[in-house]
Parts: sequence; structure tokens; C-alpha cells
Amino acid sequence: MIDVPASDPWLILLVVVPLLAAPLCVLLRGPAGAWSVATAVSWGVLGIAVKLLGDVLERGTLRYRIGGWDAPWGIEYLLDPVGAFVVVIVAAIGAVVLPYAKSSVEKEVRSDRIYLFYAMVLLCLSGLLGIAVTGDAFNLFVFLEVSSLSSYVLISLGRDRRALTAAFRYLIMGTLGATFYIIGVGLMYQMTGTLNIQDLTTIIPAVADTRTVLAALAFLTVGISLKLALFPLHLWLPNAYTFAPSAVTVFLSATATKVSAYVLLRIFFTVFGQVDLFAHFPLQPVLMAMALAAMFLASLTAIWQQNVKRMLAYSSVAQIGYTVLGISLATEAGLSGAIIHLFNHALMKGAAFMAIGAVVYATGAVTLDRLAGMGKRMPFTMAAFVVAGLGLIGMPLTAGFISKWQLITAALESGYWPLAVLILLSSLLAVIYVWRVVEAAYLRPVPANEAWAATDRVPVGMQVPMWVLAGASVYFGTDASFTLELAHTAARALMGGY
Amino acid sequence: MMVEKTLLRVIAKLLIPLILLYALYVQFHGDFGPGGGFQAGVIFAVAFILYALIFGVDIARKAIPAWASRTLLASGVLLFGGTGLWAMALGGEFLNHSVLSDTALHGQHLGIFLVELGVGMTVTGAMITIFYTFAGHVAETLPFRGSDGG
Repeated sequence: MIDVPASDPWLILLVVVPLLAAPLCVLLRGPAGAWSVATAVSWGVLGIAVKLLGDVLERGTLRYRIGGWDAPWGIEYLLDPVGAFVVVIVAAIGAVVLPYAKSSVEKEVRSDRIYLFYAMVLLCLSGLLGIAVTGDAFNLFVFLEVSSLSSYVLISLGRDRRALTAAFRYLIMGTLGATFYIIGVGLMYQMTGTLNIQDLTTIIPAVADTRTVLAALAFLTVGISLKLALFPLHLWLPNAYTFAPSAVTVFLSATATKVSAYVLLRIFFTVFGQVDLFAHFPLQPVLMAMALAAMFLASLTAIWQQNVKRMLAYSSVAQIGYTVLGISLATEAGLSGAIIHLFNHALMKGAAFMAIGAVVYATGAVTLDRLAGMGKRMPFTMAAFVVAGLGLIGMPLTAGFISKWQLITAALESGYWPLAVLILLSSLLAVIYVWRVVEAAYLRPVPANEAWAATDRVPVGMQVPMWVLAGASVYFGTDASFTLELAHTAARALMGGY
Repeated sequence: MMVEKTLLRVIAKLLIPLILLYALYVQFHGDFGPGGGFQAGVIFAVAFILYALIFGVDIARKAIPAWASRTLLASGVLLFGGTGLWAMALGGEFLNHSVLSDTALHGQHLGIFLVELGVGMTVTGAMITIFYTFAGHVAETLPFRGSDGG
């Protein structure tokens, strides 16, 4: 890959614009003003992200030296195809969630706190983008904390008082994860004297056999797995997604875990890129076992849920399993599967949570028994949910199919045919939990005490983003040439170093 | 109810200006000695917190209302980031203070001064906001706990 020596200012603007828009929202104080600023910024950020992706594909890795200080002394921002893909996912989700958030948040968050809500969304966006563009392991920690702290606040803003305990639980687990990460970084710094990721890549092989670096790897893996909600470290996730405001659930489910998966990829394939981790350590069986456990146990748990948001949350834990399964193969095809699944799952789960958010907005219903007959009361919204649900199952013509196809191909390529069977079997579990919603919404009669009048009266601002995501999940399921090629390029870049 | 403690009030009134002055010293001497925006911000906020502890939160809120501390908090971040953007506007990298003035040395001084001022403002605002939030929280919950016998 050809490196461009010139600094690309868009790299820093990508992070600084939302970061500075957050205090601006606090100064504006008005809900409408804060929403306008946040929405405008999220669209601007999407524009920058798309431009950066184009530049990366055309010119190779982009760099930026903060403060004019050269790496490894200064903090360097660095964007390669993997980072650029993640940046586009996060920015795109941000840009569709904010229009959606307006009505949803007005109903779910106390009005005097709405401007703080948008400030926190912008901080979270900035933190997540920062993780993807930074080339410095410590700076990554800072952004991890920026995004985590703001997401704790966002979750706690849910109407239900249980949102507070959910946020607190996430805070404890998330802080543990971040602490583990920083301990890992500290141990690596002890052995290498550098925090720059590219520098770490070159120095680590010389000290890879020391116990300090092994401990660092262990701390990094466990810490990030906590943030990623990899089974069995997922316990914070279901309640956090269930009780957070709808817009927050959409945003976090489609971005936060994706970015954590990106960090895991960075650690395994960039920081330890010159060490053959998967040949020397039992990393593959451990990751594979956790991924399979997530795929099966979380899907089984999802089947038993009455609350649809919680059901989708468990489904997220299962979908994280697919991503990690792809990572555990440690082949180009496996990584492509993991990376494309990040994108596809963001679309599908975003659309599904948006549909449930719209139902909550119109009727307040979130449990299966109250969804009875919802297919007749809110036909458009439930149709979007079904489209998203088909994607979660992995039906052909939806984005989920592309992910699973790629993962199965990767598994067969590596000679793990039982894995391919297990992927298909776990998809059957997804059929069951999606079917339970479909059955309730379309086959059960509307309860006598529920008013028919509450039919699809969902604001356009919520419907359009929901259909954009649902439509995108169909579009990228029928024509995946662009996303697949992008995922392959990203996987090649990961396997080949920056 | 606030109990009248003359000694505490007099000592606090004597100490508060000194604390504020010391905070400013830590803030602006931070380039050369120990200190800087964070420490200065904490010390500066401590003066107001002491005031609130001795004279009551309600009176302290009159001196610095909640919106003022939040504004301070937000403006500090904007000042920090704005300094970086200013450097970009002048053709340097983000936070490259060297381009802010005629000479790189003077530019670095100016840049650090502004950035640290931003940090100081944000930390002051954040400390006071956190204190108000907790103090307000206690005021809301105390009667409840009292009636509970707890």
C-alpha cells in the first residue's frame, strides 16, 4: 500500500467537528436548536466519512500528525480501508439515527434534558469515530472512554427507572473493560517504550515471548471482549439495550459493538500483526468456542424473551458471535465475513430497533402480548420489522444472507465444514425468535382493549430513517459487489499490515 | 437550616479570595512550574464549593447559577478545540501552536496558554456542576430519608 506523506485535515475534522458541536448544544440549550446542530453535524460527518473512504481506496492509507508532532512521539491519526469502512458505518448510522431521534426522544426523554441528550450523542459519535481513525493505542483508550461515558449517560436517560441500574451495570462492566485495556497498553509500553500502533507492530515481535507481552495480550483481549459483549462477557448488554431510549438503542446496537470488534481486529492483526498469534496460542479454539456459545445460547435465550427489545438485544449478542467466528478463522475470507457482517448487522439491527421504537412511540407496546395484531394496526412499521427480521435470519436477498454466505464460504475454505452446519443451525434459531414476533403481529387478533385508532401514526422523521435502513439491508443483500469488495480490501489490508 | 458559625464564616471569607488567587497562580504559572489547567480548575471550583458548604447551596447558586457553570464547562471545551481549529485555519496542523504567532516559541506559549485556560474553565465548570447535582440530590432525598427513619 502506498502511503501518502501529506497530512489529510479531514481525518481530524471527522473527530473534532462532532466533539466541538457537543458543547455548542449545551450552550444552545433549546431542544430544537440542539437537534438541528446534531443532525447537521451528523450529515456533515457522513460526508467527510464517505470522502475519506474514497480517498483511502484511491490513494492508500491516510495520515495526520496532531499538533505537527511526528509519530511515534506525537499522536498520529491513520486511516486504512478497515478503519474507513468502520468510520462509514458509524457515520451513516449517526446520520439516520438523528432525524429518527427527534420525535422519539421528545416522547422518551425529559424535555429539560434533551439538549444534553444530543450533546451526549455527539460525544459518543466523536469517540467512536476517534477509535477508528487513531493510530495511537493510548489515544484509542481516551476515545474508548469518551464513547463509553457518553453511552452510560445516554442509557440512563431512559424513562424506565431500570435504565439507571442498566446504565450502572454497563458502567461497571465497561470501566472494567477499559481498565483492562489500559493495563494491556501499559504492559506493552513497559516492553516496547511506544504507544504508536504502527511502532508497536514492528517492536512487538522482538519481545513477543515475554510474559509481560502475553499478559498484555490477555488483558487487551478480555478488556475489549467486555466492550464487545462477547459471550460470556455480554451480561451488561441486554438490560442496557432494553431500557435505553429507542434512539439510543438503535445507535449503540449499530455502532458501539462494531467499533469494539474493530479494536479487536486491530489488536490481533495489526498490533500483533507480525506475530503469528493464531499459530502460537490457542486463540482460535477459545474465540471459536465463545462465538459458537454466543450464537447458540444467546439465540436460545432470545427465543424465550417477552420483551421484543430484549429479544433483539440477545440477538445482537448472537450476531456478535458470527463476527467473532469470522475473526477466529484468521483467514482473509474469515475476516471479510466478520467485517461485512459489521456493516450488514448494523443495517438490519438498526432497522429492527427503529421499527420497535416506532411501535413504542405510537402505542407504548414493547412486549409480545401487546404486539398482538400490530401487523394490522401499524402495517408499514411491522413490514419494516419483518424485512429486518428476515435479514437477521439470513434469508437470500437480504444483507444477512451475504454475511452468512461469506462466513460459510470462509469456514469451508478453512476446512471447518461443521462450522458451516452450525451457522445454518443457529440461523434456524433466529427463524424462531423472528417468527414469534411475526406470529404475534400478524396472526393474533387485536386485543379488544387496544384502540384501533393508534394505527401507523408515526412521524415521517421516524419512518424515513427506518425504511432507509430496511431498504439498505435489502439493497446490499441483492447487490453486495461493492460491500463485499470493500470487506475483502479491508481484510487484505489487515492481513498485510497498515 | 444553616447553623450560624461565625468563626467558620469569617475564616471562609478570608480564605476564599486566597484560594481563587492561588488557582489563578497555578493556572498561569503552569507552563513553568507544577500545575496547569486541571489543577487550577479544581482549586478554583473548591473556592465555590467551600462557599456553598459554609453559606449554603442556595446562596452559592445565586453567585454561580447552574446555567453559568454549564456554560463555563462548554466554553472551555470550545476554547480548547477552537485553538486547534485556529491553528488549522492558519495552515498548521490541529493544535500546532507554532503557527499561532510570529515565532514558533511565542506561538507555543500562546497556544498552551489558551488550551490550559480552556481546560481550567471546563474543570471549574464540571466540578461546580457535579457538586450542585449532588447537593441538589441530597436536598431532594433527605426529608424522605428522615421520614423513613433512615
